[in-house]
Amino acid sequence: MTTRIDTRFAELKKDGRSAFVTFVMAGDPDPATSLEIVKALPKAGADVIELGMPFTDPMADGPSIQAAGLRALKLGMTLKKTLDLVRDFREVDNATPIVLMGYYNPIYIYGVDKFLGDAKSAGIDGLIIVDLPPEEDDELCLPAMKAGLNFIRLATPTTDDKRLPAVLANTSGFVYYVAITGITGAAAADATAVSAAVARIKRHTQLPVCVGFGIRTPESARAIASHANGAVVGTALVDALKNSLDAEGRATGKTVNAVAELAVSLAQGVKGAQQAAE
Amino acid sequence: MNIAKPNSYRSGPDERGHFGIFGGRFVAETLMPLILDLEKAYTAAKADPAFQAEMDGYLKNYVGRPSPLYFAERLTEHLGGAKIYLKREELNHTGSHKVNNVLGQIMLARRMGKKRIIAETGAGQHGVATATLCARFGLECVVYMGAVDVERQQPNVIRMAMLGATVHPVQSGTRTLKDAMNEALRDWVTNVHNTFYCIGTVAGPHPYPTLVRDFQSIIGSETRTQMQEVEGRLPDSLIACIGGGSNAMGLFHPFLDDPSVEIFGVEAAGHGLTQLHAASIAGGRPGVLHGNRTYLLMDADGQIQDAHSISAGLDYPGIGPEHSWLHEVGRVNYLSATDEEALAAFQLLSKLEGIIPALEPAHAIAKVMELAPKRPRDHLMVVNLSGRGDKDVPQVGDILKGKSK
Ligand SMILES: Cc1ncc(COP(=O)(O)O)c(C=O)c1O
Repeated sequence: MTTRIDTRFAELKKDGRSAFVTFVMAGDPDPATSLEIVKALPKAGADVIELGMPFTDPMADGPSIQAAGLRALKLGMTLKKTLDLVRDFREVDNATPIVLMGYYNPIYIYGVDKFLGDAKSAGIDGLIIVDLPPEEDDELCLPAMKAGLNFIRLATPTTDDKRLPAVLANTSGFVYYVAITGITGAAAADATAVSAAVARIKRHTQLPVCVGFGIRTPESARAIASHANGAVVGTALVDALKNSLDAEGRATGKTVNAVAELAVSLAQGVKGAQQAAE
Repeated sequence: MNIAKPNSYRSGPDERGHFGIFGGRFVAETLMPLILDLEKAYTAAKADPAFQAEMDGYLKNYVGRPSPLYFAERLTEHLGGAKIYLKREELNHTGSHKVNNVLGQIMLARRMGKKRIIAETGAGQHGVATATLCARFGLECVVYMGAVDVERQQPNVIRMAMLGATVHPVQSGTRTLKDAMNEALRDWVTNVHNTFYCIGTVAGPHPYPTLVRDFQSIIGSETRTQMQEVEGRLPDSLIACIGGGSNAMGLFHPFLDDPSVEIFGVEAAGHGLTQLHAASIAGGRPGVLHGNRTYLLMDADGQIQDAHSISAGLDYPGIGPEHSWLHEVGRVNYLSATDEEALAAFQLLSKLEGIIPALEPAHAIAKVMELAPKRPRDHLMVVNLSGRGDKDVPQVGDILKGKSK
C-alpha cells in the first residue's frame, strides 16, 4: 500500500529535490502552542514532520531534546494527547507525512494494537522507535507494517555491510541514517562521510535515505541534502523554541515564529541542493 | 494467569536474552553491533579454561575469596529462631560484592581490546570496584553518578578520585542511579568504538543480565560448599536485598533448582509502599527501560516514576529481568523493607555482631528480623551481607544525630 510518505518522496523525486524533515517535540512547550508550531511547519517548507513522543528517559537524546520532553510532560502531555494533536493537524493538512519518533515504553503501556489502530486513524504515517532494533521486530515493527504504518529504521555508522540487510529488511517509507555515533544535538555531521555512507546504504535498498543528527545550519542542511534524499533537523529547532520562552518556560508571542523562521531558512538550504544522483 | 513451571529455573535466558517475557535487547541501533560482539566474546571466554583460571587467580589473591560464611550467634540468640549465617561479601576487596562482577567484565574488556571503561553507580560501590580494577589494569575509567548520590556517598566519590577515575555528577532527571545509567548509555552511544560499558547489576540489554549473574554466582556456589561443610546440608532459606538485584541473583542462582530452599528478595520500601519507594515488583508493572523489559515504577502513561530509598544502591525504579521472571513463576518471594526498618537493622547488626553493614543489606537484615523468629531453631538462614557500611557512616551519623535532638 502507498502511504503519505511514499507519495511525498515520489513527488520530491519528480521535482528532483531532497526532503526537508523537521523534528519537534509534541506538547512542547504546551499542547496548544505545539499544535500551532506543527501547523506552521509545512508552510515554512517542511516536507516531512517528525513528532517526538515525550519520554522521561530518552537515552539516545541530548540535553535539548530531553528538556523539551520534560517541558511537555510537565504540562500534562501524554501519548493520547500526541495522537489528538495529529488528528487536529490533519483537519488542516492531509498531505504532509507525520512520523512519530520516540521510545517504546509509552507505546507498550498504551497497548500495541490499540496504539496502532489509534495512530492510523489519527493520521500518522510512520514510526521511528529508537530502542527497537531489528532483534525486537516482533514487538512493534511487524504489527505496524500489518496496520499499514511505515516502520522507519535508524542505520548508524556502526551498522556494517553485514548487518545492513537485517536493519533494512522490515524498513519502509525511508531509511534514517544517523550521521554520527552519538546523541542528538552533539557533534556536527560531516558531509563527506555522510556521502559515502548514503552510497553504501543505497547499494542495499531502493528506499529514500534521509540523514539526521548534527545538522543545525542552512549550509550544513544544504551539504547533507546534496548527498541524501532528505536532511533532518531537530535540536536546532527545539533550541530556537526554547530561546523564545519566558523566564518560567512558557510560550510567548514569539514562540511559533521563532521555530517557523528558522525552518524557512533551513528549508532554503535544503532546496538549494541538487538531489543526490540515484 | 497460569504460568507453566519450568523443568529448571537455571537454564535461562533463551538465545534472544528472554526470561519469560522479560529481558531482551531494547537499545539504539548504534549499540547493537557492540552488544552482539560482547555476547560472542563472553561465549568464547566461558569456553576458555585460561579465562577461568585467570579469574580464579584474581578472585583468590586480589579480591580475597572465598568470603567467609559466618554464624551470627548473637543475632540468632536475639531473634530466637532460625540459625542465621552471614555471607560476608563486605569483606571483599573494595567492600562489596560488586567486585566479583567488575573483575569478570574487565577481563572481558581486555579480551575485546577496549581501553576505556565507563560505569554507572548509585552507592558508589560499583564505581569504586570499577575504578579499582581499571587502576590495576591501567585502563581509563569514567563513572557516572547522580548528583544526589554524589552528595550522600562522599567517601566513595573520594575513593574513586584517588583511584584515578573521573566521576561525572549527573544533573538530569532525579539525579540518582536511573539518570546515571541514562548518561552512561549516552556516553556509550557516543564512544562505542573504544569503550566498554561495565554495568553494575543484572539489568540492561542481553547479555548483561546473564553475564553479571554468572560472575556473581560465585556467592551462591561458595555458600553451598560452605554450608555443606559446617552443617552438612543445604540452607533452608536465603535472603538478599535488591536494587537491580545482582547480589541477590548471585546468591540465589545456584539454589534455584533446590525446592527445599526458600528464597526471599528484599526491595526498598522507602517511606512506605503507598508513598515514595523503590520497590519495583511490589509497586510496579512490566515495562521497557534501559535495554530490557522488566518490572518498573511508572505512571499510567508509561513515564518512569521517581524512586526513593535511603540507600543509594537500591534507589532505582527497575529490577533485573530474571527477578521479574522469578517473581512471576513464583520461585522467589519478593518482600520490602522501609528506610526506618533498614536503619533499625543497621544499628542492631552493628551492636550485636560488631559488623557495620551497608544500608543496602540492612534492608535484608530487616526482613531477617521479621522472618527468623518465626522459623524453628534448626532452620538454616543465609543472608547476603553484600557490603560494608563505611560509605554510609557519615549519612547514618547525620540521621541519628538529627533524631537524638
Ligand atoms: C553493598 C551493596 N549492596 C547491594 C547493592 C544493590 O545492588 P544489587 O541489587 O545489584 O546487588 C549495592 C549497590 O550499590 C551495594 O553497594
